[in-house]
Amino acid sequence: MPTLSGADWSAIRLTLELAAASTAVLLLLGTPLAWWLACTRSRWKGVVGAVVALPLVLPPTVIGFYLLVAMGPNGPVGRLTEALGLGLLPFSFAGLVVGSVVYSLPFVVQPLANAFEAIGRRPLEVAATLRAGPWDRFFNVALPLARPGFVTATILGFAHTVGEFGVVLMIGGNIPERTRVVSVAIYDHVEALEYAQAHWLSAGMLAFSFVVLLALYGRRRGHAGGGVG
Amino acid sequence: MADVPQPGAAGTATGAAAGCARPAAGIEARFAVDYAGFRLDVDLRLPGRGVTALFGHSGSGKTTLLRCVAGLEPAARGRLVVNGECWQDDARRILVPTHRRALGYVFQEASLFPHLSVRRNLEFGLHRIPAAARRVPLDHAVALLGIEALLERMPDRLSGGERQRVGMARALLTSPRILLMDEPLAALDHRRKQEILPYLERLHDELDIPVLYVSHAPDEVVRLADHVVMLGEGKAMAAGELHATMARLDLPTAFTEDAGVVVDGTVAEHDDHYHLTRLDFPGGAVWVQRQPAPPGRRLRFRIHARDVSLADHLVEGSSIQNLLPAIVEEVVGADTPAHVLVRLDAGGTALLARITRRAAEQLGLRPGRRMWAQIKSVALLG
Repeated sequence: MPTLSGADWSAIRLTLELAAASTAVLLLLGTPLAWWLACTRSRWKGVVGAVVALPLVLPPTVIGFYLLVAMGPNGPVGRLTEALGLGLLPFSFAGLVVGSVVYSLPFVVQPLANAFEAIGRRPLEVAATLRAGPWDRFFNVALPLARPGFVTATILGFAHTVGEFGVVLMIGGNIPERTRVVSVAIYDHVEALEYAQAHWLSAGMLAFSFVVLLALYGRRRGHAGGGVG
Repeated sequence: MADVPQPGAAGTATGAAAGCARPAAGIEARFAVDYAGFRLDVDLRLPGRGVTALFGHSGSGKTTLLRCVAGLEPAARGRLVVNGECWQDDARRILVPTHRRALGYVFQEASLFPHLSVRRNLEFGLHRIPAAARRVPLDHAVALLGIEALLERMPDRLSGGERQRVGMARALLTSPRILLMDEPLAALDHRRKQEILPYLERLHDELDIPVLYVSHAPDEVVRLADHVVMLGEGKAMAAGELHATMARLDLPTAFTEDAGVVVDGTVAEHDDHYHLTRLDFPGGAVWVQRQPAPPGRRLRFRIHARDVSLADHLVEGSSIQNLLPAIVEEVVGADTPAHVLVRLDAGGTALLARITRRAAEQLGLRPGRRMWAQIKSVALLG
């Protein structure tokens, strides 16, 4: 019975690299965005919150399609990246990271925003009366108190990126070693009637996802009483 | 009263032009805040040292006023000068953010950082002020509040009273120029309150900075405060020295079962045979149950109006042995139609007596009349 080929292993490695890179970018972008959503009284809050949540409901093909157009040679992002000498993003690893970040954004921003909101104003006011300025309060009070939210956001962001298919296919194509991730590789194996390999990869994904969610929900139960205040 | 002018609009119109740099002692606080259904509008001159109680029912604006002083109410308009330092002056577009104000704030719930140990909670503020500005060493604050044994614990392992003491020490360690306390005892049961009150009294005795103490509990106010601001519906109804303000008959506090005066006495002598202690005060003395305090120690006590009766001659052969000559100053209606409140001057100490209207008429009470005040009991504070 045929097991995983070298191409499959490189798909696995590529998938993990993509998930790691996307999660890192998501945390960097998502943290200030979530902080703003949690603190703002702006009337744009609803609009921004809805835009962030769009990937929850849109078919990945829709997101992939618009990203492909935007990052293409005639799209605004494409013109910008070409002007900057970066070339075009579609069908590249960087393009995949961009797509994954958009696609997984709500899975990172929402837990973070909820965690920041749960802290409430009081600890930050206390910190202000103890001479902590705004950045000091953010890094030394808000971030540590929002730690459970960061763990959740990291796990969900990583796992969701590992599990994506549609967006990757739309903007990454299916280039071995460069854009062929596990979910696409499974699709290829099924198309080619290589069910054994499809089984190996699919079972691996299933096990990975289950373990990740078990870690997440098991941790949540253990921290049920972990309030702030 | 001389150092505590009454609040009000008079004399403040030129306040903004006078400038912030004036090295005046005391606190000048003028604030206006508008919220849906609530408006705070005060203009206060408060003493630059001692404990000033901001006293009133919930919804009277006392916590909002405290938050204005801390700079935690961004909507507040006005002017604030604390012992010569200007923290807010809208006329000059001065607004010092909270973290640049040298204040200590004790919140109603201690609000310790749950992710830091007690020691690191204490160090949070301490490490954020320049070493040269640290006037309160960690050991000192820890000893003052009796929290030596708690330093390595996490906040969730502390009782409510312990948490509040840590919160107070944490505020003190920023070497504040003013200490703001928002009902620090309100969330505690009676036993915890009794546990904390002595520490608050020590703070009062040892600190050379003004303390603004928000409370709705008269027993805390009379025990701790030197000055009192009575707030109602966002306005200051009265402000002044504690004893004088407590004896005023034109304030709602007079019209309760609890009406009474506060007296600062000095332990004069002990009578070991009868187990009594004599407390002297301007204009007289009272004998109370033996107190574990050496002669010369100051003890504050309350004389409730309901515990004072009046006679037009010295009644001998009575079980009431605390008798003081006093002159009637004012007679007003009390909390029931059957009673009146009488304010008397006992040789410099104000007294209130709550007696029946019939007795007042039969005795012919009127201002200037000399009477004997018979004091049935005295409530010692602390």
